[in-house]
Amino acid sequence: MPLLEIKNLQVEFGSGAHAARAVDGVSLSLEAGKTLCLVGESGSGKSVTALSIAKLVPSPPARYVGGEILIEGRDVLKMSSRELRDIRGGLVSYVFQEPGASLNPVFRIGAQIKESLKYHRPAAANDTEVIRLLKLVGIPAPESRLRNYPHELSGGMQQRVMIAMALASQPKLLVADEPTTALDVTIQAQIIELLGDLRKQLGMAVLLITHNLGIVGDLADDVAVMYAGQIVEHGPVREVLQRPLHPYTQALIQSVPDLEAEVERLTAIPGTVPLLGSFPGGCRFHPRCPKAQASCSTQAPELASVKAGRRVRCPLWDSLLEPQTVSHRA
Amino acid sequence: MLLRLGNRLFWSAVTLLGTAVLTFLLVNAVPGDVARVIAGPKASPEVIKAIHTKFHLDEPIWKRLGYHLNNLAHGDLGQSYVTEQPVAEAILTRLPTTAALSTLAIILWMFLAVPLGVLTAKYSGSWFDRFVLVMATLSLSLPAFWLARMLQYWLSYKMGWFPVAGFRGFSHLLLPAGTLALLFVGYYARLIHSNMTEVLNSPYVRAARAKGAPETVVLFRHGLRNAMIPVVTILAMDVAGLLGGVMFTENVFALPGIGTLAVQSVFNLDVPVIMGTVMFSAVLVVAANLMVDVLYQWIDPRIKSAA
Repeated sequence: MPLLEIKNLQVEFGSGAHAARAVDGVSLSLEAGKTLCLVGESGSGKSVTALSIAKLVPSPPARYVGGEILIEGRDVLKMSSRELRDIRGGLVSYVFQEPGASLNPVFRIGAQIKESLKYHRPAAANDTEVIRLLKLVGIPAPESRLRNYPHELSGGMQQRVMIAMALASQPKLLVADEPTTALDVTIQAQIIELLGDLRKQLGMAVLLITHNLGIVGDLADDVAVMYAGQIVEHGPVREVLQRPLHPYTQALIQSVPDLEAEVERLTAIPGTVPLLGSFPGGCRFHPRCPKAQASCSTQAPELASVKAGRRVRCPLWDSLLEPQTVSHRA
Repeated sequence: MLLRLGNRLFWSAVTLLGTAVLTFLLVNAVPGDVARVIAGPKASPEVIKAIHTKFHLDEPIWKRLGYHLNNLAHGDLGQSYVTEQPVAEAILTRLPTTAALSTLAIILWMFLAVPLGVLTAKYSGSWFDRFVLVMATLSLSLPAFWLARMLQYWLSYKMGWFPVAGFRGFSHLLLPAGTLALLFVGYYARLIHSNMTEVLNSPYVRAARAKGAPETVVLFRHGLRNAMIPVVTILAMDVAGLLGGVMFTENVFALPGIGTLAVQSVFNLDVPVIMGTVMFSAVLVVAANLMVDVLYQWIDPRIKSAA
């Protein structure tokens, strides 16, 4: 039994004729101790999917219209609020995008970490354990940091505090929702490295949400690419990065800058991500797809299995796969 | 920090000086001879003359302003023309009544407004939220004197639940304080609602939920603590305003507070008392401003390092 199994998840915003489906039939699974990267542009539904795991998307306005989210075999969407509280920050911990805004500005960081301990490991809710956690995430002189307010720390340190808070419960799954987006590039690398170390050290599974393909190769076992509320490609990280099957994944990889390649201009994907509620008919990517055929605008493709552990939502993937050197990373 | 405080104190003094000059000029612009008010309509010209001399009423206005400011600087608010009681004493003997009334009113409305504001933010758009919005608008638009009279008539006179007027104990404060609470609760419920709505959408509230915090802790600890930061400023101003005299409510219920004193002094053209009560209110408002400044560093830790 996988640690996390999402089956055909459907999340809508609004209701009736105005309902917009932000997540449309997402299925994923994650084994204990493994790392899955969920990649996509803003508005692809990756954050909503990630937040749904602990039913954290506020409803209303969101509605979970279909599917199941099984954590250790139990469906999160059917849990009582009492059970949800045990899952949140317990089995599943979160690290968010903006550490500065995700820490409560009026409480000291020691107290905020202790709060997590109080809910999930009350016996360990003391300064000694908080200091141990701060040390674990690489905060220098943690004893003197306990009484700091969040604004007294740098962005990188704030994110380390968030990670310490997430680790307080010794979670089996750490969901990191764009944990490095708001940070400086040098700090980004440190945080990613820290996440990688902690995962190995603590043996927890990690679901990493990012729009930055550059960090995927360093951390992930598997990668799932989302576009307009759907998964368009899913597979082991090496295979996906070296041999992307979906035109969207290919385009994403080509738009990652590489120091060694002699490219004068980065390739950008033409057009913009379609707005929630106005997804195009047929294949949702066809208006921006360089390889679109006439049939793409009418027939909505299924997410088809091409081999074990490899899925792609493009019926033309086979014919598209001319021998090209798409990837220069991984 | 010390520099900041010094700066604030300087401007507070300027504000009070401005208030003193302005009230003096305004009161002197009011028609009517103060001497006639003091001595009565049948007083002889000699008596009027004597009064004019005693209170420097014949001297030019800038000179009288000088006397007035000099007295104020020495903490002397003068004596009532009518009762000859020192103005400071008149205010201080009435302050406890007004303070008790205000405190009770504030406790009542905050006890109502905080849960109403938090819950309407949590259940925004529900029938409950809309109902509270309508009641809040009603509470905001009711005139104080009308509401006070109505409550007095129905609840005291007709139903006999409360004493009708006067002040002989705690029970006499209940209905006046209830009146004030009804007048303010709507505003505060909406104020807390709008701050809370903003706070509930913030990433740290989501993070608190993601930690597994119970909803009451999310709302009242993580949410309310942040939502109250702007409310404190307005509350401090209202406290100052209330202590400065709750004119209508005190008058309707015949409570011997500063509001009643102020209204009486206006009817009597009792110039020192008018100016005294105005100055007293001004001092309260200025003090409240200063207090908020200091308090802010304590309720919002981000302020301290910015200062």
